[in-house]
Amino acid sequence: MLHLALFSIFGAICVAGAVNLLVQRHPINSALSLIAVMTSLAVEYLLLGAEFVAAVQVIIYAGAIMVLFVFVIMLLNAGEEERTRGSRVAILFGIPGVLLGGVLVAWTLIQRSGTDEVALGALPGSPTIIGWLLFHDFLLPFEVTSLLILIAIMGAVVLAGKPEAETQQTGKGH
Amino acid sequence: MQSVESFVVVSLIKSVIAVFVLLTAVAYSVWLERKVVGHIQNRWGPTRVGPFGLLQPLADGIKFLFKEDITPPHVYKTLYIAAPMLSVIFALTSISVIPIGNWVTIAGVHTPLQITDVNIALLIILGVTSMGVYGVALAGWSSNSKYSLLGGLRASAQMVSYEISLGLSLIGVLIMAGSFSLRDIVDSQSGVFWGFIPRWNIFHGQTVAFFVYLMSAFAETNRVPFDLPEAETELVAGYHTEYSAMKFAMFFMAEYANMITVACLATLLFLGGWHGPIWGLTWMQAVLPVFWFLAKVFCFLFLYIWIRGTLPRFRYDQLMAFAWKFLFPLAVANLVITGLVVALRS
Repeated sequence: MLHLALFSIFGAICVAGAVNLLVQRHPINSALSLIAVMTSLAVEYLLLGAEFVAAVQVIIYAGAIMVLFVFVIMLLNAGEEERTRGSRVAILFGIPGVLLGGVLVAWTLIQRSGTDEVALGALPGSPTIIGWLLFHDFLLPFEVTSLLILIAIMGAVVLAGKPEAETQQTGKGH
Repeated sequence: MQSVESFVVVSLIKSVIAVFVLLTAVAYSVWLERKVVGHIQNRWGPTRVGPFGLLQPLADGIKFLFKEDITPPHVYKTLYIAAPMLSVIFALTSISVIPIGNWVTIAGVHTPLQITDVNIALLIILGVTSMGVYGVALAGWSSNSKYSLLGGLRASAQMVSYEISLGLSLIGVLIMAGSFSLRDIVDSQSGVFWGFIPRWNIFHGQTVAFFVYLMSAFAETNRVPFDLPEAETELVAGYHTEYSAMKFAMFFMAEYANMITVACLATLLFLGGWHGPIWGLTWMQAVLPVFWFLAKVFCFLFLYIWIRGTLPRFRYDQLMAFAWKFLFPLAVANLVITGLVVALRS
């Protein structure tokens, strides 16, 4: 009972945060709403019995990635955005898209509603099982993903680093 | 098995006691710091209020409560008020999973000496401390002043950088213990080598990790020599320049509470937690583990203050280079070697 109540409350916070993220005009308020969404998602994971995923969600998304978002907003000193009326393309494709998505989700939920309930903690969610799956059953995808991230890092370094010729020129200028 | 009501009552009592003890400890670590730094600099520190200035924290608290609470006109008000609260909330939350001793039975209730024993305690602490940066960053941004902003920027860059080596230095300990639970990690450090050296992680292959942890922890809590976010010679007071009265005091409380959390964590992970020589009567055997735990935490805090009284501040580029070019590779090397040794042994 308490469990269901908590789940609903944090679900509501999550959705409210997501709506607030879109409505707010100041980037820092939007970023903070996104943090609220991430954190309440972590609580939902926790309530579903996936405590490791919940903790990682907070550490990685709320604690690291969003700090960088806030950092960039602070660094650029981004001000309030002007309110626009929205493009015609967004209205033309956006509203039917949202409707289609909603119908799809509702249809899937109705189709699956007859399946059995699963007890809390019955599904694998402990760090041991996740570690075993990552480094045993899914070792190849895991390593390929890490390679992908490595390539992304190298790309970022190349883009951010100054070309050598330019560095020498600025060196001469002094 | 306990009933729900007794669980709630016991947890409530433990939370109240933990918060009370933590806040008192925060107040007296400020006193200790002023006293120790005073003696290092050949001064006396606080002496006027009470014997040895022991009532000084109380006087400071009353002063903070009755000072005028100024909100400058140019601030972003919501976040300006929320930032110190966030700092304190995150600083006090992490104490809830820290065990200070074994299981005890008081008035027929068998309970662990911590608010709650969860199997991902270490991850919770890491998560909460990584959220703690928002208090500082938002304070710097919402104050709408250049010194505050620079302090906030420095704090977020520094905390994100040092969090990586902090996390990596803990993984070696996790590999040795095979659990995220702080209780299991402490239990894995019981016993002695060769009859007299305690089997703590710091003596048991994790010496390098301990030093990486020590330096990252200093940087995470914005302490000397890594106190760039509040460097008074260049930034007035950094992120809390525009704060006064109790809001200012809340940042201070958060900083010292974080110091205590970091000291508790170091004790649990590297210094064997509550393990130590135990002898004597039954009540002594019950009290001694808690005494050893607190003594180790005290030594760690003393080290903190000692270093503050000894070392000058880093330059900002040195700070970043130290994190990324020295601590990070060191932590990774320690992790790889620990992993190899554990894998070859099993």
